[in-house]
Amino acid sequence: MTTPRDIHAYLAEFEDIPGTRVFTAARARQGYHLNQFAMSLMKAENRETFKANERAYLDRWPMTEEQKQAVLDRDFNRCLELGGNIYFLAKLFSTDGKSFAQAVSTMTDMSFEDYTAMMIAGGRSPVGVRSIKEKY
Amino acid sequence: MARITAGVACSHIPALGVAVDFEKTEEAYWKPAFTGFDWTREWEKAEEPDVVILVYNDHATAFDMKFIPTFAIGCAESFTPADEGWGPRQVPVVEGHPDLAWHIAQSCILDEFDMTIINEMEVDHGLTVPLSMMFGKVDKWPCKVIPLAVNVVTYPPPSGNRCWALGEAIRRAVESYPEDLNVQVWGTGGMSHQLQGPRAGLINKEWDNRFLDQLSGSTDALRHIPHIEYLRETGSEGIEMVMWLIMRGAMGKTTEQLHRHYHVPASNTAVGHIVLRPVDEASAANDVGAAA
Ligand SMILES: [Fe+2]
Repeated sequence: MTTPRDIHAYLAEFEDIPGTRVFTAARARQGYHLNQFAMSLMKAENRETFKANERAYLDRWPMTEEQKQAVLDRDFNRCLELGGNIYFLAKLFSTDGKSFAQAVSTMTDMSFEDYTAMMIAGGRSPVGVRSIKEKY
Repeated sequence: MARITAGVACSHIPALGVAVDFEKTEEAYWKPAFTGFDWTREWEKAEEPDVVILVYNDHATAFDMKFIPTFAIGCAESFTPADEGWGPRQVPVVEGHPDLAWHIAQSCILDEFDMTIINEMEVDHGLTVPLSMMFGKVDKWPCKVIPLAVNVVTYPPPSGNRCWALGEAIRRAVESYPEDLNVQVWGTGGMSHQLQGPRAGLINKEWDNRFLDQLSGSTDALRHIPHIEYLRETGSEGIEMVMWLIMRGAMGKTTEQLHRHYHVPASNTAVGHIVLRPVDEASAANDVGAAA
């Protein structure tokens, strides 16, 4: 088939993409309880309990203090940094009644209106944001 | 014998499902995304597939972080649309084809693809949105569906080459199933999109269209695209396009494009859609035989 890949080189390249956290095994381990907490919000009764007292609900999960604070702050970039995955975090912003586009726009330096306008105009160009090192 | 008669690929953006469910498809924002599927809805009525093998990914719905199967095949009698956090989509229950699904599972395992077998599972927008795009709003889906879930969330996902080869194994499996069935293979997800981080909103029309170009004909260049290229060029969630390669692999050596559609944006994402007919000589001869 294909030649075996060098796993270290494979993983190292992921760190060279600007503004992007690839959900590697290391992040999956770091964010395990954060993501499982978010997953629990799939159930209506858990959403109610969470909304009634967010801090108390978070304290039921063996998450780090930083992870809990990032959730309370709805700081999605910080959640990603701490091992969160966007499809799991989607349960959190859905609980808040936010759409994917609304939540995603908060991770950029744009307002939701500007983000929406950028998408209608064809989206963010890949030019210059493919690689940190190579700057192309 | 069962035969693969066509391949379909399309994005499975949840907002497209919302637009269908809440009658928004005629609105100015959504209309250009949907009109590209009008041709396909008419074509599907004429094709009348018995079974669709629907390649998709679960988005933290049926699978959480507890189990992460790379390739999983749904062998149940039926699959219920899931509540993804805002109530289940009001779409019909998806009927499976357990006999063919188990046949494919066994055949692929003997072919050295170690499939995970699923006997109970709910299905999310990844599976139900493509059904809505191709069949519209219906009381009952017009065919049986075999869900084939691929991990494209936790790295590493399978390589494009592995996906293509699984498609080839699925083709061998279908062609060794004794019942005469009209089978389509659908690949879903993509095209370019990034749903996370400061780079969110990335779209690469040129790259996407080159990908669409290379799905037809006899080139197999797409199977060799490395993960890093999808990530850099098409956004972190553009990796979903490896699932299209399972469909393409299942078409055999050569394909002919019947229809194609591309539109930006639907929410955060580039909508891509293509319909392919396999023109592999051996199977072309079989098709003539089956039609006669
Ligand atoms: Fe997806």
